[in-house]
Amino acid sequence: MTTTALQAAQAPLRRPRPSATWRRRLGPFIGTPVNAVITAVCLALLLWALSAAYRWGVTNAITEGGPQACKGRAGGACWPFLATKLRFMVFGYFPYDQHWRPLAALLVFFSACGVTMMPRFWSRRLVGLWAGAVAVIGVLLYGGVLGLPRVETTKWGGLPLSFMLAFVGLSLGFPLGLLLALARMSKMPAIRVLSIVFIEVIRGVPLISILFMATVMLPLFMPEGVTIDKLLRAQVAIIIFAAAYIAETVRGGLQAIPRGQFEAAGALGLHYWQSMRLIVLPQALKIVIPPLVNTFIGFFQDTTLVIIVGLLDFLDTVRSALRDPDWQGIAVIEGYVFAAAVYFVFSYGMGAYSRFLERRRRMGYD
Amino acid sequence: MSRSLTRWLATGLVLGLAAFTAAPASAQSTLDAVKKRGKLLCGVSPSSAGFAFADDKGVRRGFDVDICRAVSAAVFGDPGKVDFIPLNTNVRFQALQSGEVDILSRQTTVTFTRDTTLGLDFGPTVVYDGQGLMVHKKLGVTSAAELKGAAICLLPGTTTLQNLADYFRPKNIQYEAVVFESTDEWRNAFFSGRCDVITSDRSDVASVRAVANNPNDFVILPETISKEPLAPVVRQGDANWRDIVSWTVNALIAAEEKGINSDNVEQQTKSQDPEVQRMLGVTGDFGKALGLDNKWALNAIKGVGNYAEMWERNLGEKTALGMTRGPNKLWTEGGLLYTPPFR
Repeated sequence: MTTTALQAAQAPLRRPRPSATWRRRLGPFIGTPVNAVITAVCLALLLWALSAAYRWGVTNAITEGGPQACKGRAGGACWPFLATKLRFMVFGYFPYDQHWRPLAALLVFFSACGVTMMPRFWSRRLVGLWAGAVAVIGVLLYGGVLGLPRVETTKWGGLPLSFMLAFVGLSLGFPLGLLLALARMSKMPAIRVLSIVFIEVIRGVPLISILFMATVMLPLFMPEGVTIDKLLRAQVAIIIFAAAYIAETVRGGLQAIPRGQFEAAGALGLHYWQSMRLIVLPQALKIVIPPLVNTFIGFFQDTTLVIIVGLLDFLDTVRSALRDPDWQGIAVIEGYVFAAAVYFVFSYGMGAYSRFLERRRRMGYD
Repeated sequence: MSRSLTRWLATGLVLGLAAFTAAPASAQSTLDAVKKRGKLLCGVSPSSAGFAFADDKGVRRGFDVDICRAVSAAVFGDPGKVDFIPLNTNVRFQALQSGEVDILSRQTTVTFTRDTTLGLDFGPTVVYDGQGLMVHKKLGVTSAAELKGAAICLLPGTTTLQNLADYFRPKNIQYEAVVFESTDEWRNAFFSGRCDVITSDRSDVASVRAVANNPNDFVILPETISKEPLAPVVRQGDANWRDIVSWTVNALIAAEEKGINSDNVEQQTKSQDPEVQRMLGVTGDFGKALGLDNKWALNAIKGVGNYAEMWERNLGEKTALGMTRGPNKLWTEGGLLYTPPFR
C-alpha cells in the first residue's frame, strides 16, 4: 500500500518516453491534416528561398576580379565589390592611412559596452570606465594631440559615426528624458506644462525636420562668421528627439508604480529626489526595459536620416560606394545585403540583451 | 510660479535676441576668411557619378570636386587645401548663404530665379548639360517626335517632369510618365522594358547606358529637351571672390585652348605668347589684381590639369560614364567653351 502510493507519486517524475516528447513538440505542426499541409508548404517555401539565396550567394557568385568580371554575370552576387569598398563603407571619408584610428575607437567602444553589459561589473566604477573610453575615442577620432593629425568632423563617417550618433544621442537623451518624464508627472503646473509642450512639439514633428531645422535654419540666425560644427548640430537634434521619446516611455513605467510606493517612500521621511532614486525609478525603469530597447534600436537605425544634412552614416557610405562610376549599376543588392547584415547583427544583439535583462529580473536577482 | 517663470523666459528671450542682433556683422571678405582658415570649404554632392564620388580609398573624385581643387590651388598653391562638405539639393543654397561653404560646386543649373532671388552669383558655366532621352534600339525610334504614347521613366524632381511637359505639350504628343524614387529602380525599370524611354540630364543618361550589359541595345536620341548649364555658385556681394572663382575656371578652359596642360605648364612659362605669359604670371600682375599670387593660374593648371584633362579623368570616354564632349568642346572646335581673353 505504502509502496504503491510512493510509486504513484514518483510516476510523473519518470522521464517521458522520447516519442511522447516528439509528439508533443511536433503536435502544433503536424497534429491535424490542415496543420500538416501548412507546415509542408512553409517548409517548401523556406527550402526554395534558401536554395535561391545559396545559388545567388555561392554557386553563381563572382568572387574574383573587378567591375568588368561582374558585368553581365548570370544572376549571382558580386562579392569583389564588397572587398574593394569595405573600408570605405565602414569608415567613410576618414583619411585612408589613418583608418586604424576609427577601428581602434570602435574596439574601445565595443569593449566598454561588453564590460558594461555583464552584471558582475555593475558598480560606480563603470562611470570612470566610460569617461576614460569616451576620452580615448575622442582623441582617436579627432586627433590633434599625441602626434595624431587632426581629422575634421566633416571627414567622419560610416559605422563609427552611426554608433556615435546613436550612443551619444541615447546616453545624453536618457537622463534628459528621465527629467522630462518626472517633470510631466510633477505637481508644479509651470514645469508640467513646459515639459508637455516640449515633448509634444518634438514628438509632433519628424526627426528629419528637426535635423533640417538644426542644419539649415540655425546658421541663418547666427551672427555672420559664427558657425557651429554640423555634426554637433545634428547630434544635439538627435539628443533632443531621443529625450522626448524616452520621456514618454519612462512615464509609462512611472504610471505603473502603485501610489502606495510613493506614499510609503514619503512615510519613511524620504524627500522627492530620494524617493524617486531609491524607490520609484528602480521599479519603473525595470518595467520599461522592453519599450526602451525598442526605442534604442529604432534610434540606431534612424541615424541614417543624417544624410539629409550631408553627414554620411553607415548606410549612406554604402549608398555612396554604389555610386562609384566604375561599379554603378553593377553591384546594388550586395551593398544593401551587407548593410542589412550589419544592422541586423547589432539590433539583434540589443534585443537579445534586453531579453536577458528581463529574464534576470523575473528571476529576482535585483 | 508660472507667471514669474514666464516673465523670466520672456526676459531671457529678449536678451538673447538682442545679443544676436547686436553682434557686429563682420565685413571680412571671403578670400580673407579662406586664407585665415587655411582651407577652402567646398559644397559638393554627397555622391554623384562623375561629378563627386569616393574612390576605393575614400578620396573624393569628380568634375565638381576638381573645380574646388583648382580654386584651392589658385589661392594656396596647393590643390589639397579643401574641405568638402556634402550637401543635398534641398540644403545647398542655404549652406552657401549662411557661410558654411565658400563655393557650391554641385551640378547646379543656372536659372533666372536662382540668380535673382537667392542672393547668389553664378560663375562661368563649366558643363553644358541638358535633359536627354534614351530608347531601346529595337523600337526603331530615331527622334523624340516619334514618341507618341511612350512610357517614360524618370526620377522625381519638378524640372525633369516639367521639361517633358514643356517640350511635348506644344507638339501635342501624349506620353505616360513613370516616376521612380531610387536611381537603381529607375534604371532597372528601363532595362527590363517597363518603360520605352528613360530621361534625365544627358550626363546621367550616358551613365545609364554605360552600365547596361549591352550598351548597343540602347540609343540616345539627338534632341536635348532642356538647357542645363551647370556652374559653380558663390555668395552675392563679394565681387573679388566671384572674380577668383570665375577666372580660375576661365584659366582652365583657356589652358586647353592654348595647349597648356598639367605636364607642360612649367615649360609654357617660356612661351612667347603674350597672353600665356600674362596668364601664367610671367609678365604683368594678374594674380595681384585678384589678391592672389601671380602664379595662381599656373598652380591651378598644375593641380588639376586643363579642362580637357578634367573631362577625360572624370566624365570622358575612358571612364565608365563614357561621355563625349558634345557642346562642351572649345569654341574653336565648334563647342560652347569660349573664355574672355586674358589681357
